[in-house]
Amino acid sequence: MLSVTRIRQDFPILKRKINGHPLVYFDNAATSQKPQIVIDAIKNYYENYNANVHRGVHTLANEATMAYEESREKIKKFINAKSTKEIIFTKNDTEAINLVAYAWGRNHLKKGDEILLSVTEHHSNLVPWQILAKEKGAKLKFIDIDKEGNLDLNSFIKNLNSKTKLVALVWISNTLGTINPVAKLIKLSHQNGSLVLIDGAQYVPHQQTNVQKIDCDFLVFTGHKMLGPMGTGVLYAKEKILEEMPPFLAGGDMIREVYLEKTIYNDLPYKFEAGTPNVGDFIALGTATTYLNSVGLLQIRDHEKKLTLYTLKKMSEIKNVEIYGPSDVNNRGGIVAFNIAGVHPHDVASIFDDYGIAIRSGHHCTMPLHQRLKLTASCRASFYLYNTTDEIDCLLNAILKVKKVFGVK
Amino acid sequence: MNIYFEQIIDLYQHPRNFGRLKKPTVSHEEVNVFCGDKIRMDLGIKNDQIIDVAFGGSGCAISIASASLLTDMVHGKKLALVKKITKENLLQSLNIELTPTRLKCAWLSWEVLQKALKKL
Repeated sequence: MLSVTRIRQDFPILKRKINGHPLVYFDNAATSQKPQIVIDAIKNYYENYNANVHRGVHTLANEATMAYEESREKIKKFINAKSTKEIIFTKNDTEAINLVAYAWGRNHLKKGDEILLSVTEHHSNLVPWQILAKEKGAKLKFIDIDKEGNLDLNSFIKNLNSKTKLVALVWISNTLGTINPVAKLIKLSHQNGSLVLIDGAQYVPHQQTNVQKIDCDFLVFTGHKMLGPMGTGVLYAKEKILEEMPPFLAGGDMIREVYLEKTIYNDLPYKFEAGTPNVGDFIALGTATTYLNSVGLLQIRDHEKKLTLYTLKKMSEIKNVEIYGPSDVNNRGGIVAFNIAGVHPHDVASIFDDYGIAIRSGHHCTMPLHQRLKLTASCRASFYLYNTTDEIDCLLNAILKVKKVFGVK
Repeated sequence: MNIYFEQIIDLYQHPRNFGRLKKPTVSHEEVNVFCGDKIRMDLGIKNDQIIDVAFGGSGCAISIASASLLTDMVHGKKLALVKKITKENLLQSLNIELTPTRLKCAWLSWEVLQKALKKL
């Protein structure tokens, strides 16, 4: 069991009042809040050992390099990668996917090849592939979903063929909360000779991740959704694949030897980290993983499951509220998208804000999924370790207030 | 800050000039990139005067109420006068205070109108 009361004390922002009410933060799928220990790690870096990494021989440079590389080691352990060579630091999840699309995709895709995605993908795992497919004359194929928003396995198998070079899939849908059975899908894809990229943005912060167990070829995720600072994206990829890939961005730090006419590239992972990196923030991300481990990922998942179950049960008792996504919380992360009949999500979110409740409204960067569900937009509440059932009661009450304002029965 | 006054809710649930013109002189649709909302406006113009107007689409209470008010504001007006309507004029008639993100909702119909006029 999580001691949520104690955990909440670690997050200074949770003391804030919004429009006279205590903040109820349910926009964790967009970004998580940060514990004091993470904020302190950034402060400590800039106050005590700010220096550029991998180059200087002075004390500060050594300390900064050691802390930065220690963070890479922590992240390697956090997802159970084999080696730190497989951990590439990027700006965000989106940049990590673009890295794969440019450096791997441009060199491995040819005319007529196919990339298999799902209709639930975030725009970040769709637009880079659209651009690549157009450039290469390749084709995008899409796995459909069933009524509850679970991936349709038949649709997956039907679309997987000898032309499929890459399968790029979201682990947990950022809109529906659906947990995709990635281990099984990766196995089937590998049997077909296709590589697999998993978008773990909504999974890695909330559940135990083991890249060796699921055997994905690429995994992308982002630190700011897991208690870390913004600007800390991560690309995991198997060492063998990274070795074969040419660099993405070119410049300093990614080189071994530079001559006027040619360059010998640096070893992994530095080959893919051109220029001065975001040192302080990645050090703080390492601290965030320490914090998450101290709470326990299994406990966090268990807590979020309870919150989700409670929300689904209570919300479904309210008339004229439509909930999207799987009803079985074993197949669902801590994300609940819904609509109140006749009320636009923006209006719902504005009224919620009057009561200090932060939710997301709109298409959550999944326009094609909303089109598939025949929706313009939806409201989304997403949970994390510091949320409570009392806060969910606030949300349920706020739904009743919205219904009253708009005269919904 | 409560922005959901009776007037806004009423305009949202019973928008004025909602629908399509059979033969519009000009028509334009814009999407609010921030949320995917869409507003389309049809204008019927004769002798430099807007003689008929209709709008459609899907949006929040603020964007629909705003479009409803704007279409009322331009109906029967000379184009020279319509072109002088500013975003602030529209906001004044909405008579609510909005945060920067919600201002985009309120201004969507104004942008649709401007782009429609440019097509002429």
